[in-house]
Amino acid sequence: MGQTLFDKIWDAHVVSSNEGFPDILYIDTHFIHEVTSPQAFDGLRQRGLPVFRPKQTVATADHNVPTWNQHLPIKEELSRYQVDMLTKNCAEFGIELYGLGHPFQGIVHVIGPELGITRPGGTYVCGDSHTSTHGAFGAIAFGIGTSQVEQVMATQCLLQQRPKRMKIEVNGKLQKGVGAKDIILYIIAQISAAGGTGYAVEYAGDTIRSLSMEGRMTICNMSIEMGARCGLIAPDETTINYVKGREFAPKGEEWDKAVAYWKTLYSDDDAAFDSVLSFRAEDIEPMITYGTNPGMGIGVTQHVPETASFEAKEQGSYKKALEYMGLHDDEQLLGKPIDYVFIGSCTNSRIEDLRQVAEFVKGKHKADNVTVWVVPGSKQVQEQAIREGLDKVFDAAGFPLREPGCSACLGMNEDKIPAGKYCVSTSNRNFEGRQGPNSRTFLASPLTAAASAITGKVTDIREFLKEKELV
Amino acid sequence: MATKIFKHIQTSVVPLPIENIDTDQIIPARFLKATTREGFGNNLFRDWRFDGNDNPKADFVLNNPNFGGKILVAGKNFGCGSSREHAAWARADYGFDAVVSSFFADIFKGNALNNGLLPVQVSEDFLKKIFDAVFADEHAVIEIDLVDQFIKIVATGEQESFEVNPYKKACMTNGYDDIDYILSKKELITEFETSK
Ligand code: SF4
Repeated sequence: MGQTLFDKIWDAHVVSSNEGFPDILYIDTHFIHEVTSPQAFDGLRQRGLPVFRPKQTVATADHNVPTWNQHLPIKEELSRYQVDMLTKNCAEFGIELYGLGHPFQGIVHVIGPELGITRPGGTYVCGDSHTSTHGAFGAIAFGIGTSQVEQVMATQCLLQQRPKRMKIEVNGKLQKGVGAKDIILYIIAQISAAGGTGYAVEYAGDTIRSLSMEGRMTICNMSIEMGARCGLIAPDETTINYVKGREFAPKGEEWDKAVAYWKTLYSDDDAAFDSVLSFRAEDIEPMITYGTNPGMGIGVTQHVPETASFEAKEQGSYKKALEYMGLHDDEQLLGKPIDYVFIGSCTNSRIEDLRQVAEFVKGKHKADNVTVWVVPGSKQVQEQAIREGLDKVFDAAGFPLREPGCSACLGMNEDKIPAGKYCVSTSNRNFEGRQGPNSRTFLASPLTAAASAITGKVTDIREFLKEKELV
Repeated sequence: MATKIFKHIQTSVVPLPIENIDTDQIIPARFLKATTREGFGNNLFRDWRFDGNDNPKADFVLNNPNFGGKILVAGKNFGCGSSREHAAWARADYGFDAVVSSFFADIFKGNALNNGLLPVQVSEDFLKKIFDAVFADEHAVIEIDLVDQFIKIVATGEQESFEVNPYKKACMTNGYDDIDYILSKKELITEFETSK
C-alpha cells in the first residue's frame, strides 16, 4: 500500500511513537514572533531551561509593528513593550532576530519562504495559525499555541496526534480574473469553516499544479479557515525553481542531494486518503465573503442567502452575522459602497500580488470615498516593489505603499478599520472585530480588492477585463 | 512543571448557546499585548460583555448574576479561528475548569488541554438537554468526571460519556505536562538528530 505525501514527511520526523500516546515529532524550524512568544520564554526561565536548538529558531516582529515610519520608536506603549521583550528574549536565548530595521524583517509566513528557510519535506511550526502557508512547498507546517511554543523551544519537538488525510482536487481552467484566493474562498464556502477539522489537506489537480508558488501559498495559508490542521502541495519543478538560490537554501552538493530527496515527495498512486473532494475550476467565480466567518462566501455576482435557507438551529447565528455586517437577506453585494481596501497579510502581500495590483491600477485612481492601504509582506517585498517602480504606480493611484507587517489583518497596531465601516480585504479572516472593533470585512482577492478601490464599491473584476484583456 | 490536578467537578454552569464562537470573540486581538499569562479573564468575551464605553451589557450572560459556575456550555464549533492560547488562558483566568460543546475547533482543544481546561464534547442532543436544564433552572448542576469520562445533569441523572485522549487524561489527572514527558526522552531526540 502506497503512502501519502503527508505520511512520508511525518514518518521521516517521528522521534518516538507509543501506542495510545501522541507521536513525538521533530521540528526542523520554529518561527517565533512578538505576540505568542513572551509567555513561552517566561516558562523556560521558570523551568531553568535553555532554548534547545536556538539555530533552528527564527524570530521576527510582525503582528504588532507600525506600518508607517518604522524607523521611529513605536508609539503605542504595549506594542513597543512586546517588541522590546522579543529583542531581549532573543538576545538572552541566542536566537537570530529579524526585527524592525533588519532587511529580512516581515510577516513570518512571508519571510520563511522568501529566505529559503521553508523547503520541501520539512516540518515547521509557529505560534500563529497561518503557519499552514509553508505547506505550499510540500512540507508539514501548522500553527501551535504558546504552551507548544514553549515545548518546541525546550525540546525542538512537538507532541502530536497524526491527523486524518484529505485530498482536495481542483481540475480545469480558471476563468479570467479568478485566482488562487478565489479558489480557496470557493473551497471553504463549499465545505464550511469547519469542513476540514481534524485533517491534513493535500491540494492536487491540474489547476493547483498550474499555480505559482505564491498562489500555492495563498491556498495553503487559508487551510486553517476550513479548520484543517495543515495544508500541503507536492513539490515539483515550480517549487524547486522557487527555492533555488535563496539566502538559506542548500548550495552545491547539498542542493543536489536535497533535490533528489524532494523528488520522492508525492502521494503514491495507491495511497489511501480518509476523504477525497473534487472541484471544477470552471465553476469558480471571483469570490467575496459576506459574513463573519470565511466559510460565508459567494461568487461576487450572487446574492446573500436567505435566513430561511438554513436549518432552524442555525438561523440565530446567521441573523446575528448579517446584522453585524449590516446586510439583509438576498442582498447583492455587487455595487455596495465600501470605505476601505486593505491589500496585505500573509495571504496576499507577496511581490506577485503587488505586481498584479499595480498592473491593474496603472493609469487609474481610487474612488474618493475609499481609503486604501497596501502593506507589503516583508522588507524584501517592499524593496523589490520600489526597485520595480510599483510604489510610484501605487502613489499615482492613491494606494500608498506602507511598510511591512500584519497591519489591518488583525488590527493590533494602529491600522484599524473604524466601527461600522466596510473593508474589502485580501486577508484571511472576517470575524467580528477582526480588523478593529465593529469593523466589517469582505474577504476577496487582490484584483477584486483593487477593482473595488477604483470604483468605490464591490466590483466584479471581470467587468474590467472585458474592456481590456488583462491577467 | 506541575500543573493543576483535575479529576472531577460538580457545579452550576454558564450557558452560551451561540454557534461558531471564534477566538476573536473569546479574546479580541487588541488584548493580546500582555506578556504574562494572567489577567486575561477581565477581557474574556470583552466586546459582548461591555459596550464601547466599558459599561457591562446587561443582556450578556456573564453579566447576569443568576448564572455562574466552573463550566461554560457553548454552541457548536467553539473556539474556531486563531491559535491564540490567550483564549484558553482568558477562560481559565476567569475561573472556568471545563467547556462543554457539541464540537470544538482543533487548535483550541489542544490549547485548552495544555492549560488544565477540559473540553468536553457531547452530542447535539445532550447539549440541548443541558441548555434546557439550565434555562429551566439557572442553578442546575452538572457533574463532569474525567476519571470515568462521563458528564451528567445531576437533577435528572441523564448522562453521556465523552472521549478524551488517554495521554492528556493521564497528564490532567496526574498534574504533569508535555515538556516533562518529552524531556524524559531527550536521548531519543539527539539520536534522531545524528541519524538525519
Ligand atoms: S498577516 Fe494576519 S494571519 Fe498572517 S500572520 Fe499576520 S496576523 Fe496572522
